[in-house]
Order: sequence, then C-alpha cells, then structure tokens
Amino acid sequence: MRHGKLPFVASFLALPIALYVILVIYPMLQTFYLSLTFWRGFDVDPVWVGFDNFTKLFDDERFWKALGNHAKLLVALPLITIAIALFFAFLLNVGGGSKGGVRTGVWGSKFYRVVFFLPQVLAVVIVGVLFQTVYRSDDSGLINGILTKIGLDPVYLLVNPSTALWAILFVAIWQAVGFYVVLFSAGMASIPAEIYEAAELDGASRVTLFFRVTLPLLWDTIQVAWVYLGIAAFDFFALINVLSQDNGYGGPDGATTVLGVELYNSFTKSNIGRASAIGVVLFFLTLTFAFLTLRASRRETVEY
Amino acid sequence: MTTKTQRNPLRFLSGLSHAALAIWALVIIGPLIWVFLSSFKDTTEIFSSAWTLPAELRWDNWARAWSQAHIGQFMFNSTIVVAFSTFFTMLLGSMAAYVLARYKFIGSRFLYFFFVTGLAFPIFLSLVPLFFVLSGKTFPPFEVLGDLLGSKSGLVGTHTGLIMTYVAYSLPFTIFFLVAFFRTLPHSVAEAAMIDGAGHYKLFFKVMLPMAKPGLISVGIFNVIGQWAQYMIPLYVVPGGNEDKFMLTQGIASISVAAGFKSDWPALFAAITIAILPMIILYTLLQRQIQNGLTAGAVK
Repeated sequence: MRHGKLPFVASFLALPIALYVILVIYPMLQTFYLSLTFWRGFDVDPVWVGFDNFTKLFDDERFWKALGNHAKLLVALPLITIAIALFFAFLLNVGGGSKGGVRTGVWGSKFYRVVFFLPQVLAVVIVGVLFQTVYRSDDSGLINGILTKIGLDPVYLLVNPSTALWAILFVAIWQAVGFYVVLFSAGMASIPAEIYEAAELDGASRVTLFFRVTLPLLWDTIQVAWVYLGIAAFDFFALINVLSQDNGYGGPDGATTVLGVELYNSFTKSNIGRASAIGVVLFFLTLTFAFLTLRASRRETVEY
Repeated sequence: MTTKTQRNPLRFLSGLSHAALAIWALVIIGPLIWVFLSSFKDTTEIFSSAWTLPAELRWDNWARAWSQAHIGQFMFNSTIVVAFSTFFTMLLGSMAAYVLARYKFIGSRFLYFFFVTGLAFPIFLSLVPLFFVLSGKTFPPFEVLGDLLGSKSGLVGTHTGLIMTYVAYSLPFTIFFLVAFFRTLPHSVAEAAMIDGAGHYKLFFKVMLPMAKPGLISVGIFNVIGQWAQYMIPLYVVPGGNEDKFMLTQGIASISVAAGFKSDWPALFAAITIAILPMIILYTLLQRQIQNGLTAGAVK
C-alpha cells in the first residue's frame, strides 16, 4: 500500500475537486459578492453598492409575499404530507394484525405501496404540466369537466388568489406522500412485533397502537422527514414556474410567488444584484431552518 | 350479540381505512389514465367530454407531439446528457469516495467534509454566477478561474456545459453515500490483491469497484432519476434561445405554454404521455431497486 500512494490519490481526486470547486464552490462565493453590487451582467463590471440590494428587497412587497408563502408551505407541506404518509404506512405495515409473529399490512398493501410511490419517479415539472391540464378553467380540465357534467359551477383553483397556492401545494403532496410511506414503512419494519403483541394483549386498539407504539418509536424517522420537507418548502420552484398565473411568475399578483421564482425572474431581467441577494437570503433561511429543527426536535430516543 | 355490537365500530374503522387507501390510489392513477386517454382525443372530444373514452386511437396526436412539438428531439437530448452525466458522476464520484474512504493522507478528512457540506447549501446560492462561469464572463475580483474554462468556448447553451454541471452538483451526495459504502468493504480482500501484486489502479477497478456494485446501483438510480428530472439547472445553463438543446423537462414546460397559443391540446396530452410512459414502464420493471435507490439517502 506504500509506494506510489500520493500520485494515485492525487490522480483520483484532481478532476472531482476541480469540477466541484469551479462549478459549485466558486459560484457560491461569487453570489455573496454579487449580492453587494449592482450589475446587469453585461460588459461593464459590477458596481459595489453595499447592502442596497437587501434594503431594497426588504422594502419589496413581492419579497414579503414570497416569504409569507414559504411560511405557509413550511407548515403545511410537512404537516399534511407526514400525517397522510404515517396513516398509510401504518395501515400498510401494521394494520392487518399479526400473522405468525410478523406484523402484516391490510389487504392489497403491496399494490398500494407500488402505486403511492409512482409519482416519485416522474419529473416535478412534468407533474406540474400534468396538473395544469387537470386544473384547467374550462371544460377541458379534469376537475371542471366533471363538475360541469354533474351540473356544478366550475372552480378556478389556479386563478383565484385564495386557492392558487393550496392547489399547487396539493400537487407537491400528491408527489411526495409515496416517498414518505416507503420511508416510514422501513422504520416501522424495524419495530419488533412483540411490542405490538404485548400492547394488544393489554387490550390496545389500533388507534392506541398507532399513537402509543408506532409514533414514539418512529420519532427519528419523522424528524428526518420534517427536515427534508422543510427544505423542500424553501426549494419550491418548478411547480410555481409551470402552474402559477402571470406566465409562471407567481401569479395571480404574487399570490403564489416564492423566492426561487423571484430569483429566476430577476436573473432573466438581468438584475443580477437582486437575484444574488435572494440567493443569499435563501441560503440563510435554509441553514437556520435545518439548525433549528435539529435542535428543537432532539428529544429522548426510545431504545428497543 | 354483545360481541357483534362491540366489533361494529372496528369494522367501520377498517372499512374507512380501506376506503382511504383506495381513494388515494385513485387520486394517483386517475390523472395519469386521464392524460393517457386524452392523448388520443381530438379537440372537440377534449372539450365536450373530459372523462369519456376517445372515439378512436388518434396516433397522429403522438406523431405531432413527437416531431412538430420536438418531443423526440428533447427526449434524445435528455438521454444523451443523462447518459454521460450519470456515467461521469459515478466514475468521478466513486474514485473520490474510494480514496477518501480507504486512504489516509493529510487533508483527507477536510476534503470529505468539503464535499459533504455541498449537501447543505441550496442550489439557489450558485445558479446565477454558474451561468457566468460557464459563459466565460469574468469580473473583478474573480478573474482567476474565468479563463480556466475558456472564455472563447462558452459552455452556456451546450450539452457539455450541462453534463459538467450535473456531475459537479451530483458529487456531494454520491461521495457522501459511497464513502460510507467503501468503508464497509472488508480490508482482507484488498490486502490479498496487493500481495498478489495488484497496483492501486488495478485494485480499484478490478477488485473494489465490482465489490461496491450494490452501492453503485443505488446511487446510480438516484442520479439517473434526479438528473433526468432536473428542471432548474437547465433553465440557467441552457436558457431560452437554445430550444434545439432543451432537456425534456424544459421542452414539456415550453410546449404547455405554446399549446395555449396554438390550442393544440391533444398534442400536449400526447407530449405529457410520451414523457411519462418510459418512467412508468421502467418503474414497473424495477420498482424494488428504484425505491431503494431513491430512499437510499434517507434510510440508514
């Protein structure tokens, strides 16, 4: 293992490090710098303006709308997704009672698990375009086609400012649930069946089993899910970009805008300073979130 | 009699849970089947009967989507880019991970953390300058690396630029996962190979890489699906004006806008179907491996 070790190590690391530094790390550093400049991205060099981009951002109504939407997504996306996924994972793994000492799911568990996970293999943006057709305002949309057929008024889910964000959020949940069903199933599989049997002998119902056995023993996995979905709430971009009004610019009137969309819009308008400032804000938000959740949700782990 | 009344609420609950499962399955499959059926309809049918069967199988919708809406071209672009980017991600990722996992040298721990911290940073933090780095545009005080990539060549709007970007951004997770995997491989086999006179390179390509196959398959699937689904990176690296270079995701998104103007809804439905179908077929064939691959990072 001794001779020629260093040249070998260097030869294996050179290219990965070069690519990573030039295309990931270096641009990140540039973003911090550019957020403090005024630049149109053309031949004239960036002009240092201090914190101007940030103060302008904090005076910008759209920025606050975007932050508000992140706050809504940050609460609703993890809460709803985890609740649905936990419920289904419980039914699919534990709900069927025990057979020969092994917990089983309800009838059809295998089929449901395969179907629920399916949206996960589709590209987010294609799912977005798919739901664009589902939500379409006229009779050609899946929802309104059915509603008008049965004599009800059509709904304008993406056009109405009070429903647009929730309609888009539903698409994210539609895609995410299956992933967390599989994730929680893996966690539930490692809970020994004897614990359930003991609880059942004591007369525990399925509801009690869920809240008193499954939930506490799954806490670590739920925490991971919470961090993932929270970060996803900050990463929201593709669905807004294809589903929102105003040509994907977070419409109607900023009702569905998020920071990623604001960033892209500034970029396409060659407002590099604003775009970079938003990138920096997103960086600090994501980091703060990850730090706080890991801190807050740290509680006694149950050993089994 | 008493047992029956006691069991009734339970029955009701169990019926309710079955209903919930069935409804969610329908919510997942329903839109997919509806899009598939709509891809055979004509415009009149799409507007008059959103939820009935098409009168005939109009494959010409698919043909229009494939050639006139350029879905065939976009599919080809995505296939080429993802094939190369996944190959190089796996090659470079496993090389770096192997060295970081099994060789002790000054700075090896630092380098590992240097790569893994990349996982914590949102991609938004680097997208805008990435565009300028790839286009070869430099500005003070960052001139240093500008000429390295060649300001004349200009990698924006090229598949080469996109492949390099995908590889760079996939390295942190790939290295993170594979370092953990290489560490679990037994040392005895490596030592035996060394005694037999195998060099470092031979040891890696002939012994360690084949042993790491299960791990490589998991991350490989993760990278293929992730890079295939990527939408935001191509928006910055292959921006509008390079339509012939678009990825499938960009293509579908731009068709959905264009279909509104040309009101060719049947072609849009066909385009979505063509984009979705390969993934569904692949998933049906390999669902175990795909589930393992996609949850690889979370289940530990």
